[in-house]
Amino acid sequence: MSRKTNLIPYLLISPYVLFFLVFVAFPVLFSFFLTFHKWNIISPMEYSGIDNYERMFNDRLFWKSLRNTIWFLIIHIPLQIIFALGLAVFLNGKIKFKGLFRSVFFLPVIVSGVVVTIMWQQLYGFNSGVLNRLLVSIGLVRVGWLTNPDMAMPSIAIMATWKNVGLYIILFLVGLQAVPAHYYEAAEIDGASSWQKLRYITIPAINPTIFMVIILSTIGGFSLFIEPYVMTGGGPLNSSLSSVLYIYKQAFEFYHMGYAATLGFAFAFIILIIIIIQKKYIEKEY
Amino acid sequence: MKKAIIYIVLIVMAISFLYPFFWMIMASLTPEKQIGSLTFFPDSITFDNYTSMFSKIPIGRALLNSMFVSSVITFGVIMLGSMVGYALAKTKFNGRNFIFYLIIFTMTLPFQITLIPNYITIVKLGWVDQYTALIIPFLINNFAILLFRQSFMSIPQALIDAARIDGCSEIRIIFQVLFPSIIPTIVTVGILTFMTTWNEVLWPLIVVRDEQVMTLPQLVTLFSVGGRADAQLGVKLASAVILALPIMIAYSFFQKYFIQSMASSGIK
Repeated sequence: MSRKTNLIPYLLISPYVLFFLVFVAFPVLFSFFLTFHKWNIISPMEYSGIDNYERMFNDRLFWKSLRNTIWFLIIHIPLQIIFALGLAVFLNGKIKFKGLFRSVFFLPVIVSGVVVTIMWQQLYGFNSGVLNRLLVSIGLVRVGWLTNPDMAMPSIAIMATWKNVGLYIILFLVGLQAVPAHYYEAAEIDGASSWQKLRYITIPAINPTIFMVIILSTIGGFSLFIEPYVMTGGGPLNSSLSSVLYIYKQAFEFYHMGYAATLGFAFAFIILIIIIIQKKYIEKEY
Repeated sequence: MKKAIIYIVLIVMAISFLYPFFWMIMASLTPEKQIGSLTFFPDSITFDNYTSMFSKIPIGRALLNSMFVSSVITFGVIMLGSMVGYALAKTKFNGRNFIFYLIIFTMTLPFQITLIPNYITIVKLGWVDQYTALIIPFLINNFAILLFRQSFMSIPQALIDAARIDGCSEIRIIFQVLFPSIIPTIVTVGILTFMTTWNEVLWPLIVVRDEQVMTLPQLVTLFSVGGRADAQLGVKLASAVILALPIMIAYSFFQKYFIQSMASSGIK
């Protein structure tokens, strides 16, 4: 090969290398460096040792936002799997208008989270929201979907399930279609019930998809931002303060860059730990 | 009997998925005072919410900004992604595997780590309130590179060798010889990129404060959060409709491609 042809691959990948250096490698290193400093961007940076870490361990709001996120995941992940898997199993049968149903369930996936949040904020309204009016009309009491501190995060979790379930239905459908039909035929000959077929054939076969849904939902939970930001501002009583919203507030409302970077590292670390645990647990389960 | 239950469940679910959109569109056409009691159709239809939205916030400008930013990013991601993907799939160079693993590593890196320092980079580059801040950090998309790499790998080497013997440059090989055979990948990358950049809010909120440069979702967000909209729910809903409409129209034409593209992004 001539020298000229050897150079071309490097030219082709050079945009990636430049991007990696500027927007990945440098930020990771600089972020780590920032965790040992106090800085508001304008005045000079101050070395502060492990102050940021100490502060974080004693920061009620850090723990609160972490608890909120975990609470969100505890509600969101089972809901997501039940609805996505249930609807996928239904759609996998011989059903008319299959494509139409699929398209409808998928609609919220493509729409901006801002739009979804604005819509649901109105549906969740205490006095005039459609959900509460429906509850009242069937003789129940109003729910403080977004005004009750115990309900704010569950309400966001329900909305997030509604927004994403269409994507997971599609992923489950792909998984279901890969299950060999003769497994079911054999089970039917042995007289297995629908539930037994679901429990012993379908679920083990789509276990990788379930794992993927859990991972994606976990990452999604730790990325929650626009939903609490628009709907509740993190309230009431910080009950819907998400991890990213807390980083955002520390960085862009209080200009605590060093502390915000520390929070970023901590949450990233927690995400990775949770994913490793999930992976271990689920692989052992089946 | 069992079939009937399945249909009932599916129909009820479908209604619960369509109703919020229907309600939002109807409410945006309802006089402010009646929105609170709206369930299905308003008593009278008005476009006041839309007219006062256009006079209150630079939504037209934001729509153009979003169109511009999303189109440039989509174009860039396709061009740069296919170049890098091609290099990884069909050329040999030192460190090829290393670059490949860097891409995988970057994809698994939680964005919480890079958010703050990337903002500082933008400040130091003087890009705050510039389109460059909205565009440049998104021009490289790791997932797009992997998709292009994969589809180039499935192309027979003989095709590329023949083009090289004919004296084609590598750039011409990518964009003229190979592009026609990877159209599905281009469509997938195009839809995914356009949709995610169109809907992106967090990054614009951080790097843009000037209303003239704001993207549409950002403007709608700030308008909904800030005090200005509280008094006027109808205007807020109208702005949400404007934000949702372009993607929903595109979706109604290319449903299949949207669903396939998103599914492939989940399967990564």
